[in-house]
Amino acid sequence: MTAPTAAGCAAPDQSAPLPASLDLEKETVITGQVLAESGDVVPGAYVRLLDSTGEFTAEVVTSPTGQFRFFAAPGNWTLRALSRHGNGDTAVTANRGINEVSVTVA
Amino acid sequence: MSRDTALVSAEWAEKNLDAPGVVFVEVDEDTSAYDTGHIAGAIKLDWKTDLQDQVRRDFVNKAQFEALLSERGIGNDDVVVLYGGNNNWFAAYAYWYFKLYGHRDVKLLDGGRKKWELDARPLVKDAVTRPATQYVAQEPDTSIRAFRDEVVAAIGTKNLVDVRSPDEFAGRLLAPAHLPQEQAQRAGHIPTAISVPWSKAANEDGTFKSDDELRKIYADAGLDDGKETIAYCRIGERSSHSWFVLQELLGHPNVKNYDGSWTEYGSLVGVPVALGDEPGEA
Repeated sequence: MTAPTAAGCAAPDQSAPLPASLDLEKETVITGQVLAESGDVVPGAYVRLLDSTGEFTAEVVTSPTGQFRFFAAPGNWTLRALSRHGNGDTAVTANRGINEVSVTVA
Repeated sequence: MSRDTALVSAEWAEKNLDAPGVVFVEVDEDTSAYDTGHIAGAIKLDWKTDLQDQVRRDFVNKAQFEALLSERGIGNDDVVVLYGGNNNWFAAYAYWYFKLYGHRDVKLLDGGRKKWELDARPLVKDAVTRPATQYVAQEPDTSIRAFRDEVVAAIGTKNLVDVRSPDEFAGRLLAPAHLPQEQAQRAGHIPTAISVPWSKAANEDGTFKSDDELRKIYADAGLDDGKETIAYCRIGERSSHSWFVLQELLGHPNVKNYDGSWTEYGSLVGVPVALGDEPGEA
């Protein structure tokens, strides 16, 4: 499929650098790491972005270094991580540009 | 169709990995997940390169589908068990596709890759090859596929179910939030569509909710059982998941998946678009 507007829905590589074409004046990036209580990073965790009503918006799997990334909009969001080590939530108020936040699972 | 015939559990799958006549197929858009570890014996299908025509915006035709399944070693009599990442979105898309081309016995693995991983069930990296077959597909069953003219005609008359996230429905986001938001199409939804995000049908671990819970979700959202239904999302994979729920688990007749979805509708000239959280007027 080559329709230019129809890039697929698979989660992109979470550890890849942000694409150079990305306009951070327009995008609201929520990014960070999933951590265990010990502080170790958790690769392969499922991180869900929930909207201000708690409804699911997107989900990615963390990279080998525990990283995740979402392209959202300014506002209030919740990050929820699921892993074999446990689950965890973090609330975030996002602004345009890059918003860094970590989620601890236990 | 029902849950008993359309869905298998991870427990069932693990016990039937070597069962004769059962073929496990992992379906993803990006098959790098398969390459880092897959269910033992499972082959892979790549949504983008195997299931989509590489020139036109359409999926592969009957002859291409026959060639693909023959080459991958899937026979007409095999029980095909599909699973994948993204909460089975692309596996559900492939399920719809196998149904469209008339495969007799196809099932979805409840919870897909996520449930399997969270359960810490085994994944292997072995290369899998199966002997080639002579697969014969049926003519496409368009009773489960909607095209754009039919979608425009359905405004205000049929059930239109938008299964994207509430922010995409309202026009506040243009794509699922794991993707950059700059997109060519307009934001919003098809007027009179009800918003029932695909995710309402699934538990956190990716398994489907119970039939009673599912029936209540669609009833509360205002789905009229007496009408035909068209489900759509952005590119047709999340709406395959909801199509699966409505037709295959709950047994609704006359449910179609509009695989052109918002990337097509939101780019059309001269069609109505609604913004905000309400369905809007016809």
